[in-house]
Amino acid sequence: MEKNNLKLIGLGLITGFINGIFGSGGGTIIVPSMVFLLNMEDYKAHATAISIILPLSIISTVIYFFHNTIPISVALKVAIGGLIGSYIGAKILNKIPTNILRKIFGCVIIYTAIRMIWK
Amino acid sequence: MKLIIIGLLSGIISGMGIGGGSILIPALVLFNNIPQIEAQGINLIVFIPISIIALFIHKKEGNLELKYGKKIIIGGVIGATIGSLIALRTNPDNLRRYFGFFLLLIGIYEFFKKNRPNN
Repeated sequence: MEKNNLKLIGLGLITGFINGIFGSGGGTIIVPSMVFLLNMEDYKAHATAISIILPLSIISTVIYFFHNTIPISVALKVAIGGLIGSYIGAKILNKIPTNILRKIFGCVIIYTAIRMIWK
Repeated sequence: MKLIIIGLLSGIISGMGIGGGSILIPALVLFNNIPQIEAQGINLIVFIPISIIALFIHKKEGNLELKYGKKIIIGGVIGATIGSLIALRTNPDNLRRYFGFFLLLIGIYEFFKKNRPNN
């Protein structure tokens, strides 16, 4: 029990740290961790991850905001697109083969990562 | 308009459960010349309204597993604070490169990941 608590707090520490330092990526850490370490089903892990990342993102947002690093006018435009997009994404989630999508997504991300490193 | 479309695309991706931030942040940095730290701040703040809506939907469908959440969040709050403060103190070009390496790992993981059946 004691060991399990430490595992959960440690998992939170890493997730929060990544999400804070990169302003993203908390879900990438927490979803597979919950699936493999806590034996949670994939769809439950996705939903649960949001409830964990939300408070962490609020804290990071507050810290970023008070250091004047969030241009609100840009954020507003992105948020409008983001809200519509996430609705569409959730609707088509079960209609396209995510396996192929993941491969394409992986390639795009690898290419993007290289451009970010050598910009 | 470009910003709304960037938001829309990353929203679709995140609605499908594969990290919207990994699209949004590079798009803002590479196509709009927004500094890395601001792109991260935008991703953080945009995530908040989107995830609140997603949470309501998941809660209605009973996908939330709150058993582990509290302890993970305790660790997460500490991690998020440390991570955010380090990000704010890091040179933006270096931060972009570190982010790139993290993104590279995500891309490789997504590419080789096998879809687990939900049962």
